[in-house]
Amino acid sequence: MSAPHFVVHNDSDTVGVVVVEDVKEGMDLTGWKMESDKTITVKALNDIPLGHKIALSDFNDGDAVLKYGHDIGKIVQNVAVGGHVHTHNLKTKKW
Amino acid sequence: MLPKTFKGYRRENGRVGIRNHVIILPLDDLSNAASEKVEHNVKGTMALPHHYGRLQFGEDLELHFRTLIGTGANPNVAGVVVIGIEPGWTGRVVDGIAKTGKRVEGFALERNGEIKTVADASRVAQEMIQDASENQREEFDISDLWVSVKCGESDTTSGIGSNPTVGNFIDKMDPVGVTSCFGETSEITGAELVCKERGATPEASDKFYTTWTAYNDMIERHKTDDLSESQPTKGNIEGGLTTIEEKAFGNLEKIGKKTNYIDVLKPAEAPAAGAGLYFMDTSSAAAECVTLQAAAGFVVHLFPTGQGNVIGNPIEPVIKLTANPRTAREMSEHVDLDVSGILRREMNYDEAGDQLIDITMRTCNGRMTCAEALGHREFVMTKLYQSA
Repeated sequence: MSAPHFVVHNDSDTVGVVVVEDVKEGMDLTGWKMESDKTITVKALNDIPLGHKIALSDFNDGDAVLKYGHDIGKIVQNVAVGGHVHTHNLKTKKW
Repeated sequence: MLPKTFKGYRRENGRVGIRNHVIILPLDDLSNAASEKVEHNVKGTMALPHHYGRLQFGEDLELHFRTLIGTGANPNVAGVVVIGIEPGWTGRVVDGIAKTGKRVEGFALERNGEIKTVADASRVAQEMIQDASENQREEFDISDLWVSVKCGESDTTSGIGSNPTVGNFIDKMDPVGVTSCFGETSEITGAELVCKERGATPEASDKFYTTWTAYNDMIERHKTDDLSESQPTKGNIEGGLTTIEEKAFGNLEKIGKKTNYIDVLKPAEAPAAGAGLYFMDTSSAAAECVTLQAAAGFVVHLFPTGQGNVIGNPIEPVIKLTANPRTAREMSEHVDLDVSGILRREMNYDEAGDQLIDITMRTCNGRMTCAEALGHREFVMTKLYQSA
């Protein structure tokens, strides 16, 4: 099995985590769903650093983001599939 | 094949240590200089300087004593010299440690001066280290092992790689009677209801939720913003973690999929409900948390890191693991176990967990950790509020 560009912890997650150091805008990425051991593909819309999240669905302002099968915060700026999800478009619901 | 035994040092109170330290323990900030002079005089001893111990009161003072006494009482410690500014509180620490049956002696600076105190304490420390050097490792059942866990400089590789590796360790070692402990109260925020469900009894769940609520209320009282750059930290954010909820669910991967905590401990409180997993109320700052866990009697620590926290502890060996391939490559001298193969789909959690068990047993049997080899001795007292 070839090494994935990103991994998805739970099947219900709406973001994946980039696990290689060279993801650039426009690249066709291979993702590994760890729970079901399946492979998916997504085109990167941005450069995404190692460890950062990639959108697996289209998000609108106010949408929840799911990771580990749980709500990890709210989207504050629209993101399309393949986009970089981080502090510029995702905020905590706590504190 | 799970290990059945490890080689440790039997202590007078029946606990088993994996190190054989003689420590010079200052009661207060004023006694650091004398303690460090004794360490210099007597090779192989170790001073544990810290910043507090004066004009504390109430629960904060109780925690100070519990941390110092617990540190001296830890089975990784063979003997203790306590140095304080005056004999009263010095004696309180000595008496607390003496309950374990190990050798402990106290010295006070007032009415003696530093030069005489250092001379007197050095003579005793020399006896202790020479006697301790004759202690031999013996074989003990795996159920005599106490393991603490806490992660640091986490990134997203922690939650999907190194933390679940620790979780796999806990799920395998809990059924064979290992006692374990996780903490980091503020870092459960966002996952507090899921963590509450992991209590083995309704009492344990309620105790956790009360503890978490009190900590969260404290943060709410003092915060000036949404804690961005504090929790998650700058390093966490650089590594791709965005919100406290994301960090919390990744953090919770450390307790595995099926192990439930049997009780909730105050900071530095020793477990008293038998073998099993415990939650301890701690700060999420690495050195504060590990210092409290060591003071509760845990003898070996598992520390998953993402961006590369370099922490060690003076008395409790800290084993660091990472799933971040860049950290494993650029900071290899700090990494005891590289599990980045998980993210390349080369290794599963079960295999990574077995590798962690292997390096842990080798560490227990005497192998130095990266942090020990590099001399990391972060000893940080937790302070609950201002001194009087």
